[in-house]
Amino acid sequence: MKLRRSMLFLPGANAAMLSTAFVYKPDSIMFDLEDAVSLREKDSARLLVFHALQNPVYREIETVVRINPLNTPYGLKDLEAVVRAGVDVVRLPKTDKPEDVHELETQVERIERECGREVGSTRLMAAIESAIGVVNAYAIATSSKRMIGIALAGFDYCVDMQTERGDGTELFYARCAVLHAARAAGIDAFDVVYSDVNDEEGFLKEVDLIRRLGYTGKSLINPRQIELLHNAYAPTDEDVDYARRVIAAAEAAERDGLGVIALNGKMIDAPIVNQAQRTLQRAQASGTRK
Amino acid sequence: MNSIEQLSGQQPQLAALRPFAGANAATPYLADPVQKRERKLLGSIEEAIERTGLQDGMTISFHHHFREGDLVINRVVDTLARMGFKNLTLASSSLLSCNAPLIEHIKNGVITQIYTSGMRGKLADAISHGLMEKPVQIHSHGGRVHLLQSGEIKIDVAFLGVPCCDVFGNANGSHGKSRCGSLGYAKVDAQFARQVVLLTDEIVGFPNVPVSISQDRVDYIVKVDEVGDPSRISVGAARVTSNPRELMIARFAADVIEHSGYFKTGFSLQTGSGAASTAATRFLEDRMVRQGITASYALGGITGSIVDLHKKGLIETLVDTQSFDNVAAQSLAESPRHLEVSTNEYANPSSKGTYCDLVDVVILSALEIDTDFNVNVITGSDGVMRGASGGHCDVATAANLTIVVAPLIRSRIPTVVRHVTTVVTPGESIDVLVTDHGIAVNPGRPEVAERLRAAGLPVMSIEALYQRAVGLTGEPQAIEFTERIVGVIRYRDGSVIDVVRQVRE
Repeated sequence: MKLRRSMLFLPGANAAMLSTAFVYKPDSIMFDLEDAVSLREKDSARLLVFHALQNPVYREIETVVRINPLNTPYGLKDLEAVVRAGVDVVRLPKTDKPEDVHELETQVERIERECGREVGSTRLMAAIESAIGVVNAYAIATSSKRMIGIALAGFDYCVDMQTERGDGTELFYARCAVLHAARAAGIDAFDVVYSDVNDEEGFLKEVDLIRRLGYTGKSLINPRQIELLHNAYAPTDEDVDYARRVIAAAEAAERDGLGVIALNGKMIDAPIVNQAQRTLQRAQASGTRK
Repeated sequence: MNSIEQLSGQQPQLAALRPFAGANAATPYLADPVQKRERKLLGSIEEAIERTGLQDGMTISFHHHFREGDLVINRVVDTLARMGFKNLTLASSSLLSCNAPLIEHIKNGVITQIYTSGMRGKLADAISHGLMEKPVQIHSHGGRVHLLQSGEIKIDVAFLGVPCCDVFGNANGSHGKSRCGSLGYAKVDAQFARQVVLLTDEIVGFPNVPVSISQDRVDYIVKVDEVGDPSRISVGAARVTSNPRELMIARFAADVIEHSGYFKTGFSLQTGSGAASTAATRFLEDRMVRQGITASYALGGITGSIVDLHKKGLIETLVDTQSFDNVAAQSLAESPRHLEVSTNEYANPSSKGTYCDLVDVVILSALEIDTDFNVNVITGSDGVMRGASGGHCDVATAANLTIVVAPLIRSRIPTVVRHVTTVVTPGESIDVLVTDHGIAVNPGRPEVAERLRAAGLPVMSIEALYQRAVGLTGEPQAIEFTERIVGVIRYRDGSVIDVVRQVRE
């Protein structure tokens, strides 16, 4: 079970950030070759990211690259570079339908074969940025065995919906739809970026909402948001205490060969044990909530 | 034969005694009501200089409480140049970028020798490139007082800008329109200088209280339009940072303090004015509140963020040699437990008691730190002087736990290096290095390393940090120096710990 609470965006053309960003220890780091890179820097950004991906300092962190759409002159070049460089996950922007993922997967598989990389080792995720994408969310989420998650991208989605970013009402349906699609497909769901980095209160409010909805995590644009997010996702001392007792009860039941797990006279089933494991995993990653 | 003659006839050793010559023979000004009150007030800096009897080859001194807002140093030296003085030694507690006009006065021979804690900007650049025949002497804040005590620096005339004083020279920095807070550096000059000239923009009613510089040390007073711009005190010293890297280092530093073994009620601390240091104070606050821990005192340059903890009851006493912002200056004026101290009381190794001796934890910065933990706070990666010794080596050796905070890499230049360009503070004084890539503990402090590891902090060897740095940046090309020495780095006890050589052009 890979923790994916935080996915930090890094502009691919920013060499200084590429050389240090891993120190912030987000769960995943996402090098952006798309919107954060100007047209004249597309090639240099690709080259920088190609080298960063191969640097040992990025070995211990999940790497994601947002490539340009395949229907642009840059998309395929991006893909050739990052799959060969060993990226963990390719993020496809502006995904409207499952066929977009199929096209990507075909290319990925070809490159894997060409460069000798294990076929299937490059994982995929899709960003949903339109009304049609939201409507097709489940089909997209189940479009490939390589999919690890889907992400909602708020800005383009709002433009498409003829609304604007506000208190979250505008994302109400999309958030729920994307989350349901991901959960039904058994993959992760990532919420939109929160762009006002100086508004800690607003950020935490949004994090609280998406955590309670059930989102796996959130895309982040500033390293300062990582600690806040991880703390908000950290379990309380009581949660940890309960989770430990659940795990202990499960282990006792296993040891004694009992089919039924009981804690304080109440029956516990597998989802509760899984939930307890997730709680302890989060606590181990960032301690308990402060 | 009068009685004096009789006396010396009987007791030849008393032959020098003089007969009484009137009540005011030694104090003629008492006979004149105006003189009596205003005898120290002079109309101009020129007049003050003349009255002091300053001559070529003598030593003048200044303080740097106004930092980049200082309006005294350049003005006085301009005046001295106009009056034709040559070959003076300038002993300022420090010099900053605003002192670039001194370059001209060095070129034309007005200033031929400098003692200072640091230099920045064009002046530092010019001196690093060989402007002066005699190398600049760089001392620490405590070390400066030691040099004054030992007689190496003999101040003939101290020109001290003060935000307010009365007609007799009772002065403080906690009041007045140019309020700068503590006069910790100036107090020492007033004590050691042969003659003291105060420059002030506000003459207040007698007696002026509190008395930071006392009337019995003051010879002359000159009223000027402005002694300094307090809003520029904190220029260059970072305020609350939003830089994620600085914040991360600050959080690590607070973690280190929390788990170091020194974090208990009654502990004492000093934090610098750097961004990470200031932010560490904020992170420390959370931990103090959560664990119900309060500090006995905070020492050093006092910042608004330290004052904030004092006001919240988390730090009982503030011991202040230099107020870094207006919040600190105001607190000095208002809080009975905000104490103004001289650099002699702060950090002089030959003092009979310094506050730095009893500091538990200090957070210091570094331009470079090497794998032996030696720290450079003077020369930049280009070999040019651009910093200040300050209280670095003073507190580093005295504190129970000395933490250096620095990013592993600045732009593309590693901070952790094999050998620092210039040693200012010896590695034996440094206990912990906190970087954004991890924490290194001096092998001389295994118990601290053990505690930090047990708390789950990312402790690694300084060699590993060094390898990480060069792994990311490559090994920088060595700077080329000539043989010529342009700066002498004096350790706090007056010994020479290193020299700065001229950069090869």
